[in-house]
Amino acid sequence: MSELKRTPLREFHAAHGGRLVDFAGWEMPVQYRSILEEHKSVRRAAGLFDVSHMGEVDVRGPEAGAFLNYLVTNDVAKLYPGRVLYSPMCYPSGGVVDDLLVYLRGPEDYFLCINAGNIDKDLAWMREQAAKFKVTITDRSADYALLAVQGPRAAEIVQSLTGAKLGLVKYYHFTEATVAGINCLASRTGYTGEDGFELYHSAGDAVALAGALLAAGVSRGLELAGLGARDSLRLEAGYPLYGHEITADISPLAAGLGWTVKLDKGADFNGRAALRAEKQNGSPRRIVFFKTGDRRIVRADTPVLGPDGAAVGRVVSGTLSPILNEAIGSALVDARSVPAGDAAPGAALTVDIRGTKLPLHLVKPPFIELKKS
Amino acid sequence: MSNIPAELRYAKSHEWVRVESDGTATVGITDYAQNSLGDITYVQVPKVGASLKAGETFGVVESVKAASDLYAPIAGTVLAVNTALDGAPETVNRAPYTDGWMLKLKPADAGATAALLDAGAYSKLAG
Repeated sequence: MSELKRTPLREFHAAHGGRLVDFAGWEMPVQYRSILEEHKSVRRAAGLFDVSHMGEVDVRGPEAGAFLNYLVTNDVAKLYPGRVLYSPMCYPSGGVVDDLLVYLRGPEDYFLCINAGNIDKDLAWMREQAAKFKVTITDRSADYALLAVQGPRAAEIVQSLTGAKLGLVKYYHFTEATVAGINCLASRTGYTGEDGFELYHSAGDAVALAGALLAAGVSRGLELAGLGARDSLRLEAGYPLYGHEITADISPLAAGLGWTVKLDKGADFNGRAALRAEKQNGSPRRIVFFKTGDRRIVRADTPVLGPDGAAVGRVVSGTLSPILNEAIGSALVDARSVPAGDAAPGAALTVDIRGTKLPLHLVKPPFIELKKS
Repeated sequence: MSNIPAELRYAKSHEWVRVESDGTATVGITDYAQNSLGDITYVQVPKVGASLKAGETFGVVESVKAASDLYAPIAGTVLAVNTALDGAPETVNRAPYTDGWMLKLKPADAGATAALLDAGAYSKLAG
């Protein structure tokens, strides 16, 4: 595994029993104790995740805002300093290059968080698209480490280490804060469906910050959580993962992310014409979320069968919900196979798991009630 | 370092067999196997009365990560299956050699376990 990239916390993970695996070219902990137990700890109290593999990009200059509004489908003009925006970034075809978070730090000063596996592709795409704009794009991925504290007790744990008034930082907002003596961009965001913070900080401070958060959190029920729990938490919350629910071939409209596509935001953007046409005509394929009432996991690429037994699509994500104790997942299916609407109980879709036909009960996510702020 | 009890016999495919005093054989998967699989979420076992050949697939163990076939370490007839695993498959993670057992077999051949690995030989595979 010598060619894998490492975060500053690689030795911290190993010392805490992390099981390190290759994730998108990074040596990352998939679990420490148990994926299912880590998942439940995040829902019950809190989990600490190293997500330093994620990419960070500075976008600065007089036309930074206009550039970003051309680059992404959501409306960057709505941002004000301290506000965070989630958006897909599309190709002219309407397919997705990546999904990302946009932070507005100050006038002409934006900060992006992008997926680890897409860093090189995204930077090349952004630089190509930036040709017509007065903007500077800087890859900061190696400079930043990123720790996510997630769960109902996450804010209390971070608050115990900072004088910043975190109660004033609402969901999808951020502040500059000193946490355990370390300068952080503290973002009230996450990928679990729980309340919590994502703390961007200098890579050299990662070991100290992780140690301080763990020490402050253990008595409050926090445990280290790996990428296995991160994936089951995000699926239970109904959040998309690039390469699964959204890809170069699956538009945000097909993925059920219509709320992030602002066709009438008053500025042209990559994919607008294609997405407008798709909205008018209807997406030929749709992402649906399902549960089965059975513990057998319905894994990605399992064919989805229609009422006559013919394939109408395939599963794109599947796991066991540790909270519901049944298999949950998402599938890309022919839109004609499911009635319109978010949940379509009459769809009669099935999968074949080792000779057993299991019905897919379509669900409007999240799969469980979430209490994020 | 995984737990490999000296009194058991082992298949290369990471199942264990214990021959009980009444001549029946109990079968499960090893500590090494459960640890490699991670969180076990589902165990599929055959029906009581099924006849298994040595090396034949008798079921499936699923974890969050993957589904893996289970292989009969010896030939025999299924006398009982561990129905407690239906609702609590994680028992295999917690107690692979005791509460996490999977099958009780009536061995087709009383000497069949002689062909399996002893703890020392298995530890070379799964140390």
